Amino acid sequence: MSQVNGVGGQPAILVEGLTKSFGEVHALRGIDLSVPRGTVLGVLGPNGAGKTTAVRILTTLLLPEGGRALVEGYDVVREAAAVRRSIGLAGQSAAIQEELTGRENLEIIGRLYHLSWPRARRRAIDLLEQFGLSDAADRAAKTYSGGMQRRLDLAASLVGQPKVLFLDEPTTGLDPRSRLGMWDIIRSLVADGTTLLLTTQYLDEADELANEIVVIDHGLVIAAGTSEELKGRVGGDVVEFTVPDRSRIGDAVTAIAKIGEGEPHADKETGVVSVGVGGRGSEALVEAVRHLDGAGVEVRDLALRRPSLDDVFLALTGHAAEEEQPNGRRRGRRRGRGTSKTVERTAS
Amino acid sequence: MTAVAERVGAPRSEPGLRVRFGWAVTDTLTITRRNLLVWMRVPAYLVFTVIQPVMFVLLFRYVFGGAIPVHTVGGYVNFLMPGIIAQTAAFATFGTAIALAQELKKGVIDRLRSMPMARSAVLAGRLVADTLRMLITILIIIGVGYAVGFRFTNGFVPAVAMVALATVFGVAIAVISAYTGLAIGDEESVQAFGLIWLFPLTFLSSAFVPISTMPGWLQAFAKNQPVTYVIDTMRGLALGGPVEANLWKSLVWLAGIFVVFSPLAVRAYRRAS
Repeated sequence: MSQVNGVGGQPAILVEGLTKSFGEVHALRGIDLSVPRGTVLGVLGPNGAGKTTAVRILTTLLLPEGGRALVEGYDVVREAAAVRRSIGLAGQSAAIQEELTGRENLEIIGRLYHLSWPRARRRAIDLLEQFGLSDAADRAAKTYSGGMQRRLDLAASLVGQPKVLFLDEPTTGLDPRSRLGMWDIIRSLVADGTTLLLTTQYLDEADELANEIVVIDHGLVIAAGTSEELKGRVGGDVVEFTVPDRSRIGDAVTAIAKIGEGEPHADKETGVVSVGVGGRGSEALVEAVRHLDGAGVEVRDLALRRPSLDDVFLALTGHAAEEEQPNGRRRGRRRGRGTSKTVERTAS
Repeated sequence: MTAVAERVGAPRSEPGLRVRFGWAVTDTLTITRRNLLVWMRVPAYLVFTVIQPVMFVLLFRYVFGGAIPVHTVGGYVNFLMPGIIAQTAAFATFGTAIALAQELKKGVIDRLRSMPMARSAVLAGRLVADTLRMLITILIIIGVGYAVGFRFTNGFVPAVAMVALATVFGVAIAVISAYTGLAIGDEESVQAFGLIWLFPLTFLSSAFVPISTMPGWLQAFAKNQPVTYVIDTMRGLALGGPVEANLWKSLVWLAGIFVVFSPLAVRAYRRAS
């Protein structure tokens, strides 16, 4: 009876062979996940990879086609009601009623969780306090900044004191400062023992927040592990530099192809070129300088760095962490912490 | 071995039918309250709902009305008001479709569907709140009608019955609107063409002119469509005259709309994404 003592040992989320298609589009093609209680799983992938579909199935919004998914031990299809009592969900946009105040928003959610009026009120006060919204509690939510709205949205997802929290791209569209604030809040939730599944397009976000990361692309898990393990896949350090004269990118790539362990990668928009150099570190850096100089290519910001998840994604998929545009065009994602306003919610 | 009951995957004891019905009622009331709060916070909603029918009353009463010959006790204004009231009820449902499309797009409906609340409550609460809103709008328009010379001439009870029929008609259209809003799921599209069919349906009826003034081919449509049945019944209730035949036809049509579109709306809500 291993299951008897096993409630604590059972994963909070267990997904086996999950599939889902929309007409011709195979959004999920057999996904496996296991998230131990009290940990954070980062689901990383470009737009359209299947992240949101997976979250929608796990939160009972969408029926899977094949495979099974358990949340807190409850089957998301057969025991959807029990799943709903165990989870909280915050999606890509702030799902709040903008005309109402922050307090009213939370009180109404509390009532819908069947709390009594006094308890719903109390819960709203506590959450507003916890999320630094007490001063704005009685203002209409439409007067809030984007960051405040997302905090209110996150607070709303916690009204029911969920054991498992799903955050679908919680910082998409936020400015860098609000993003850092959001990260702090998310960390504090995890410290309280909540199990968290977080989807993101931002590699640094998964790196910062998640214990385990799975990388999803085209409906399949293409890699899983800790951030360090995934970085280990790249196999060592990376030499990276910028070519100010974009027309010389080709020459630069040819020049450093000899020193790299894999194919160099060049971003034509930003002029950033990178190549994995294994364990040869500074030796490779010197060679890079020599080869680039020999080819007469002027470069800036030449550096040796530890691999980022960006490099991991590149090594795993052969393309950068991109977003699929609705018209099928692919577009490179900028590196680093800068957020992009171009992210749109794709129908899924 | 008591822990066996906690076996992972074992259904937790689900609340009984009575408890769940109680929740469905309180959840519906909570959603209704929320929607009415939103409505009261934005006075513009009321103004926009009311201003269009008021302009129609004034336009037809004072501009076109003189050119439209009717044989109605009290003249054209009495002919006009039941038509305007029915149209007001129908057009008030734009709000239903737009609000649901907005909530869908913003993820509000996703959040509510992921919560352990009654799934029927979001639609039910929307319809209850919108019916109250519609009723208030109708009463305001009747007030405006009285100011420009309209009078109920058939007594109090039939007048109340007329308002009730207009409301039931409005709710039927609201169910279609709810379905449209959820199925289209995009505020701008809903606004642009989601309910555009309401215009021919209300104008090609007995709402503004006697059908006998229309060309023959148009009469064939106008005479036999539900909006005309409803408006002719309302006129009979407001001003006196035969009611029964039109009332039955109205009720059959309205029942048909509920039977067809309620399941469609519920299905659209369940599948909403």
